[in-house]
Amino acid sequence: MNRHLLSAADLDRDDAILVLDTAAELASLTDRAVKKLPTLRGRTVVNLFYEDSTRTRISFEAAAKRLSADVINFSAKGSSVSKGESLKDTALTLEAMGADAVVIRHSSSGAPHRLAHSGWIGGSVVNAGDGTHEHPTQSLLDAFTMRRHLAGGKGDLEGRRVTIVGDVLHSRVARSNVLLLDTLGAEVTLVAPPTLLPVGVESWPCQVSYDLDAHLKDADAVMMLRVQRERMNASFFPSAREYSRRYGLDAQRMAMLQDHTIVMHPGPMNRGMEIAAEVADSTRSVIVEQVSNGVSIRMAVLYLLLGGAQLGTGDITTDGTEA
Amino acid sequence: MTDTTYVVRHARVLGGDAADLVLRDGRVADVAAAGSADGGAGAVEIDATGLVALPGLVDLHTHLREPGREDAETVESGSRAAAAGGFTAVFAMANTDPVADTAGTVEQVYRLGREAGYVDVQPVGAVTVGLRGETLAELGAMATSAATVRVFSDDGKCVSDAVIMRRALEYVKAFDGVIAQHAQEPRLTEDAQMNEGDLSGVLGLRGWPAVAEEAIIARDVLLSEHVGSRLHVCHVSTAGSVEIIRWAKSRGIDVTAEVTPHHLLLTEELVRSYDPLFKVNPPLRSERDVQALREALADGTIDVVATDHAPHPVEDKDCEWSAGAMGMLGLETAIGVVAEAMVSTGLLDWAGVAERMSFAPARIGRLDGQGRPLAVGEPANLTLIDPSAGRTVDPFGLQSRSHNTPYAGRTLPVSVVATFLRGRATVLDGAVVGAVVGA
Repeated sequence: MNRHLLSAADLDRDDAILVLDTAAELASLTDRAVKKLPTLRGRTVVNLFYEDSTRTRISFEAAAKRLSADVINFSAKGSSVSKGESLKDTALTLEAMGADAVVIRHSSSGAPHRLAHSGWIGGSVVNAGDGTHEHPTQSLLDAFTMRRHLAGGKGDLEGRRVTIVGDVLHSRVARSNVLLLDTLGAEVTLVAPPTLLPVGVESWPCQVSYDLDAHLKDADAVMMLRVQRERMNASFFPSAREYSRRYGLDAQRMAMLQDHTIVMHPGPMNRGMEIAAEVADSTRSVIVEQVSNGVSIRMAVLYLLLGGAQLGTGDITTDGTEA
Repeated sequence: MTDTTYVVRHARVLGGDAADLVLRDGRVADVAAAGSADGGAGAVEIDATGLVALPGLVDLHTHLREPGREDAETVESGSRAAAAGGFTAVFAMANTDPVADTAGTVEQVYRLGREAGYVDVQPVGAVTVGLRGETLAELGAMATSAATVRVFSDDGKCVSDAVIMRRALEYVKAFDGVIAQHAQEPRLTEDAQMNEGDLSGVLGLRGWPAVAEEAIIARDVLLSEHVGSRLHVCHVSTAGSVEIIRWAKSRGIDVTAEVTPHHLLLTEELVRSYDPLFKVNPPLRSERDVQALREALADGTIDVVATDHAPHPVEDKDCEWSAGAMGMLGLETAIGVVAEAMVSTGLLDWAGVAERMSFAPARIGRLDGQGRPLAVGEPANLTLIDPSAGRTVDPFGLQSRSHNTPYAGRTLPVSVVATFLRGRATVLDGAVVGAVVGA
C-alpha cells in the first residue's frame, strides 16, 4: 500500500484484496459486544471536511474510534476555513497538532492530492471525496458489499457484471468504482444520457450505454447514482419526470433482474427520481448494508495506512496485539 | 541617447556569419567584417564570439499588473524581466485595476514605462468599458493620446457579443488599429479548469473545450472579412484553431495570430499534479495540439510568439487547483523555450525567430523604432543570445516580482547575454544593468 489513499487507481489487485480481507476480519471482530480495538491508540486522525457530508464523516469517525484513535473533526462551517483560511494554512495547523492521518473531503478535485504532495503535512492522506474526481473508500465498500453477495466474501470479482446508472459526469463514486471494479476483474457498464457522460469516457476500462433496459438482464449488481434535480436547469436533461422514465430503477425494471442481482446506491437517495421507493426498500436492496460495510472498510484503510502491518486471518486478537 | 559607444565583435547576426556591430548615439553606426570595426576612442568592446545577435524582442502580450496589482508585478519589475529576457518592447495588456480603457490610464502606463527605461512599454487599450463587453471604450482618445495606442484587447475576457466585435473591428480602421481577441466562448467555458478531453474526465476537472476557442475565431475571421478590418488572435492553443486561421489567410483575410511559449512546449499531462502553477488560460492542451502549433509557427500560419506573461503572488498558486489563478510567467524564459521547441527541433532558424519575436509583433502593433533590421542607421535595439549556454530556471532568481514559472528546475538551451535599448545596455554579462538580482 502507498502511504496515502487518493484514488482507487492507487490500489493494485493485491492491495485491494488486502483491504477487503482486512475489512472482513475487522467486521467479524466488531460484531462482538465490545466493538473497540486498541490498535491505533495514541494516533490522531483528523476529519477535514470542506463539504457537508454527515454520512461519510460519521463513518470515518466511527472507524477511527473503534480502532481507539483520537479523532478531531474539522469542518468548514464555523471554523477558520469559512473566514478564508487557505488549505495550506489549515494543513500546517493540523501538522503542528500532530495529525497522523488526515481524512479530507473537498469540493475541489485534486485537493487531497495537493495536501499529500505539497509538503504541507507529513501524515497519511485519505481522500473522502474530492469534487467530481474520486471517492476511493466508497468504491472499496461497494466492492466489499458485492463480494459478500456475489463472490462468497472472498477473492476478487472476476467476471461479475456491474451496471452503474446515472450522473457519471459529476460522480466521484462512478470514477472510483470503474477503476476499482476493473482492477478486481468485474465487467462494468455505465448507463447515462449522453449529456451526463464525460468527454473521453470511451477510454475508461468499461462499457458505455445510453439504454438502461439493455443492461439489466445480465447484471449481477445494479448501482444507481444520485442525480441532482438542479441538473435539469442546466439542460443536462429536460425534466425530472423524463429522467426518471428513461433512467430510473422502478419496480417494472427491477422485475427484469436475475434472482441474485443486488441493487446498490451510495446515498443520499432521491426516492422517485433515480430509484423508486419499492426498489430501495426491497429485499434486493443492500443500501443499508453498504453503510455498515463503510465503517469496516474505513477501519481497514486507516489500519493499513497507519498500522502498516499486514493482517492475515487470525492475526488480530481482540486486545489488538498481533499474533 | 547615450554617451557610451559599444563595439560588439564577432556576433552572428540573425545566426548568420560573424560581424562587428558599432552602437553609437542610439543607433547602429556600423556593421563591419568581423574583427574590423573601429569604435573610436573610449568605445566599450564586447566579445560576442559564438553569440547570436537578434533585433530586440517585442512581446505583443504582457501583463504588467500596474495599476492595481503591484503585489504581483509593476511596470518597473516587469520591464526588468523583459530586458532580462532579451526584449526591448512589450505591449502591456489592459486588464489592470482600473482597466486601461481611458486615455488617462494608458498614458499613466506609458509614462511608467518611460521612467523605468528598460524597454518600450506600449499600452494596449481595452475594447470595451471595464472589459465588460457592453459598450466600446473611447478607442479614438487612446489612439490619439501620448501612448498612441494601436492594439486594443479585452484580453482575459472575450469580446463575445458579435455586434460589439463587429463595431470594434470597424471603428479602429480610422486609426489603423487592430483588435486582439481573447477567443473564448464564455458559456462553453463556465468554471472551466483544464483542456476538455480524456484527461479532464479522469481528473474530474471541468473541461475547456477546443471548440470554445475555435468557434470564436471562425466567427471573427468572417467578421473581419465582412468589414475589411484587421484581426489579431491572442494565444492560439488548438490544432483546430490553426486550421481555421490557415483557411482564413488562404482567403486573404487580414488576420494575424500569436502562440505562447508554454503552448509550444507544455501539455495537459502536467495537470496530473493538480499544481496550479500549470493552470493557465487558455489551458495547456494535448501533444497533438503542441505539434500543430509548432508547425503553424514554422510555416507562418501563426505570425508571432507572445508570452502572455502573467505574474501572480505566491498565495494565488500555493493552493488547491480550483482556487488557483490562471497564468504563468513568460518574459524571462520565452527565448529559451522557443529555442527548445523550435530551433533545437530544426523548425526555425534564428532569422525565423527574429521574424516571429521581433519584426512581426512590431509590425502588427504598429510600433515605430522596434522590430527593425540590424543595419546601419537603424535604432540600436538588439539582444545577444548564447545558443550553447543552457540555463536552469530558478523561480526565485527572476527579475519578476512573482515566481510562478512552470519551468522551475528545467534547463533551457540558451541564455540572454546582453540587451541594448537604443544603444544603452539594459543587460550585460547576463545581468540586468543597475538591478539587484532577486529584488
